[in-house]
Amino acid sequence: MNVIDRRLNPKGKSLPNRQRFIRLAKETIKEAVVRSIRERALGDVESKEVVSIPMKRIAEPRLRHSSQGGDRDQVFPGNKEFVQGDTLPKPKSGQGGGGSKGSPDGEGEDDFRFTISSEEYLNILFEELELPDLAKTQLADSTAMKFARAGHSSSGSPTNLNLVRTMRNSLARRISLGRPRREDVEAVEREFAELEAKEERTKKEEARFAELTAIRERLAARSKRIAYIDPVDLRFNRFEARPLPTAQAVMFCLMDVSGSMTEDMKDLAKRFFLLLHMFLSRKYEHVEIVFIRHTSEAKEVDEDTFFHSRETGGTVVSTALAEMKRVVEDRFPLDQWNIYAAQASDGDNYASDSHTCLELLTGDILPICQYFAYVEVYDRRQAEIFHSSLNVSELWKDYQSVQEAHPNFAMKRVFSKADVFPVFHQLFAKNRKAA
Amino acid sequence: MSKLLYDTGEWNFDTLKRTYDAIEEIAIGEMGLDPYPNQIEMISSDQMLDAYSSIGMPIFYNHWSFGKRFARDEAMYRKGYSGLAYEIVINSNPCISYIMEENTMTMQTLVMAHAAFGHNHFFKNNYLFKEQTDASGILDYLNFAKSYVAHCEERHGIPAVERILDCAHALMDQGVNRYGRRARPSLAEEKARAEARAAHEESSFSDLWRTLPNAQKDRRRAGEGKKAEPLQDILGLPEENLLYFLEKFSPRLKDWERELLRIVRNIAQYFFPQRQTKMMNEGCATYCHYKIMNRLFEKGLISEGSMLEFLTSHTAVVFQPDFDDQRYSGINPYALGFEMMCDIERIVTDPTEEDRRYMPDIAGTGDAMAVLRSAWANFRDDSFIAQYLSPHLMRKMRMFMLQDLAADPTYKVAAIHDERGYREVRRALSRQYDPGLRDPNIQVTGADLPGDRRLTLTHFMHNDVPLAENDTMAVLAYVADLWGFDVELRGVGKDDEQRYRYEHVKSGPAPAQPAEPLAALV
Repeated sequence: MNVIDRRLNPKGKSLPNRQRFIRLAKETIKEAVVRSIRERALGDVESKEVVSIPMKRIAEPRLRHSSQGGDRDQVFPGNKEFVQGDTLPKPKSGQGGGGSKGSPDGEGEDDFRFTISSEEYLNILFEELELPDLAKTQLADSTAMKFARAGHSSSGSPTNLNLVRTMRNSLARRISLGRPRREDVEAVEREFAELEAKEERTKKEEARFAELTAIRERLAARSKRIAYIDPVDLRFNRFEARPLPTAQAVMFCLMDVSGSMTEDMKDLAKRFFLLLHMFLSRKYEHVEIVFIRHTSEAKEVDEDTFFHSRETGGTVVSTALAEMKRVVEDRFPLDQWNIYAAQASDGDNYASDSHTCLELLTGDILPICQYFAYVEVYDRRQAEIFHSSLNVSELWKDYQSVQEAHPNFAMKRVFSKADVFPVFHQLFAKNRKAA
Repeated sequence: MSKLLYDTGEWNFDTLKRTYDAIEEIAIGEMGLDPYPNQIEMISSDQMLDAYSSIGMPIFYNHWSFGKRFARDEAMYRKGYSGLAYEIVINSNPCISYIMEENTMTMQTLVMAHAAFGHNHFFKNNYLFKEQTDASGILDYLNFAKSYVAHCEERHGIPAVERILDCAHALMDQGVNRYGRRARPSLAEEKARAEARAAHEESSFSDLWRTLPNAQKDRRRAGEGKKAEPLQDILGLPEENLLYFLEKFSPRLKDWERELLRIVRNIAQYFFPQRQTKMMNEGCATYCHYKIMNRLFEKGLISEGSMLEFLTSHTAVVFQPDFDDQRYSGINPYALGFEMMCDIERIVTDPTEEDRRYMPDIAGTGDAMAVLRSAWANFRDDSFIAQYLSPHLMRKMRMFMLQDLAADPTYKVAAIHDERGYREVRRALSRQYDPGLRDPNIQVTGADLPGDRRLTLTHFMHNDVPLAENDTMAVLAYVADLWGFDVELRGVGKDDEQRYRYEHVKSGPAPAQPAEPLAALV
């Protein structure tokens, strides 16, 4: 008998198979992911995700008997009361024999569930989405540098010393130049010490002693001449500075919190902002968010206040735009930041304000923004009553004219939770302009 | 001093070796088992998951379906819905058993007794395995298969290879030769035969005969023309091995595609005996581990605690829920197999009058192991049940037979475990395990090569049981892919009347060029 320990063998032999399977099931996984983002609660978007895939999508069909039709006998265990000749009613709809006859080999298969990591999840979620109009800032600004490994060099700072390479060089050099090995030196030393310790030495030993003294000297000299580590051995990890496109973005969340915005509407808006944030964080190394809320006045606030406090009062949308303009001028130099904005509102605006909005947008905001998305949220009940494309707000009508003239402006309406992702998807789809 | 082989749950290689030796002494010395040499490999649970998903083989080609299996197994395991197999054993020489490092020492003992001796003995001695599998060559073959598939993927791209493999996997069950064929003569034999024939011709040659008219040539000259060999004969129709047929005669497959079909077919054939002997094989292994663990305990080599641990997992394995239990999902092969082995032992050593009547050949002969060993060697599931299922066991498991006639509005209890029903129940259960009836009998019956090249498959229905429709349509599409032209499947009943018909018509224009000459295909 032979016991072999294979535990150190590589595991994950199935990894390529798993990847192939995921590739195959991708469409289905994507649907499941989109479905889940519609249904799940806020806040746990980045957790691991269990995806269930309908079996038929990835079925491996075989030629097998149907569970219905024909004549069949089957033996079962565990009879309690039947005697020969008893009859039992067949279940209706001709479904033969309950679960026990499901499939001949007892492999009933229903939907197939498995877990994908949050990384896989987000990749799939944001696949085919992109930030519009990135090129501008990438070209304009390439001052940021990133250090990347780039092979080895024979000079460098001590912190970057590559020990393995250095020792390898040193060993090769020592062998080729014939530096005495430690074992040899030690052997000589031991023998020498032995002889030296002896009170009296025979003639032969005396000769050997003299010989050893000479050898010792020779070895010592040689060791000294051929260093253990020589400067020529040194190898350093080399790093190269590579210019990086600006990798920071700021996102402005503008939300109307006036009395007309209900909690439901804010929830819709928040889902949208959340997706936007997740998306930006995957594209940029650093994303900052600025929350601005407004009633008849606008103010920059923290996240909590943004989403949870509610105020009453009239609505003047332009104040938010003005506030955004102020913050940009204040803190976000245009040559360093990609600027994105998303505005959520129910479209209720102070009558004469729309014109100011348009001026601010077209004159100040859109020229500095990579992308400005306007999302008009609808209360579900309201939507049920007035679900009509004609029934749009004043703000919506005004913004429509902006959309026609500015490719970096987009607007959509959101009626329910289920709309949020599709709308987000449309706003950021790769071929948005084509569509 | 205690003789215990081990006294904690922890295992180490030393204990494993000692325990293995103790088991071997019982298995070979006392029970007379005859296994292949053993090789036991210790792996981690992650590796077990890997091995699990490639049908338990240590080397296998890559395919997404294994990834799917892996994803499911892993999800089930991580969630705790199902445990992992404690062991995987491979029908090879030497016989490789994988055991998991997470097992306790008692489980390792159980697993070695079960896999390394029970299954191993069965593999080596059962006639089906002997006839149809090549235990010493399988790992080499899988190695070849893996690298061949990888090579094809490199040359032709993964999607092309996966498409062929998908098709082939769908036909795997129809890719075996159910009835052993005459062994193909080896090269040496063929050479010897050719030489003998040449020698005979030489010795019987006489120039005189040359003056005789050549009958065939004359006939051809007369314009009759040599009658072509019928197409059916050239193609060897009907052919039950669908994969073999497609591999040999498909008009559109390229050489490497044929080789892929061949690989899948060979692997299907290798696993075919396992499908036919599942119940016996598990029964044999379970019986062996049960005997061996008990003997170890009797000899004072394992402790009572260890025995209790063993019994817990043993009873879980051989648990058979009743038909009306929620947990019922068919007859548990471990349970039935184990019960039958124990029952045979009882009949051989301590028979009742009834046993003597039903099984006079073995009742009271005294040597249970001899009877079992011969049963393990010479039967497969269906014949084993037909031969050895005793009235005693049918009563014990309270078996009954339900008849489901399509024309009848109700099920009928056709037979139960009583004097009138024993033979009926036994026959029905045996049929349930008969691979000839369990797998649909589908054969290639026509291929219109000179015409539109339509391929005709015929399902010879058993008791008018049809095929599952969705699956059948999907598989037909695969067959059409491999064949390259339209495919139809007819189901015929006992009376040769057609009961149903499916077809898959390839879209696109019909081939304009005339069919290739047959000679190129054969």
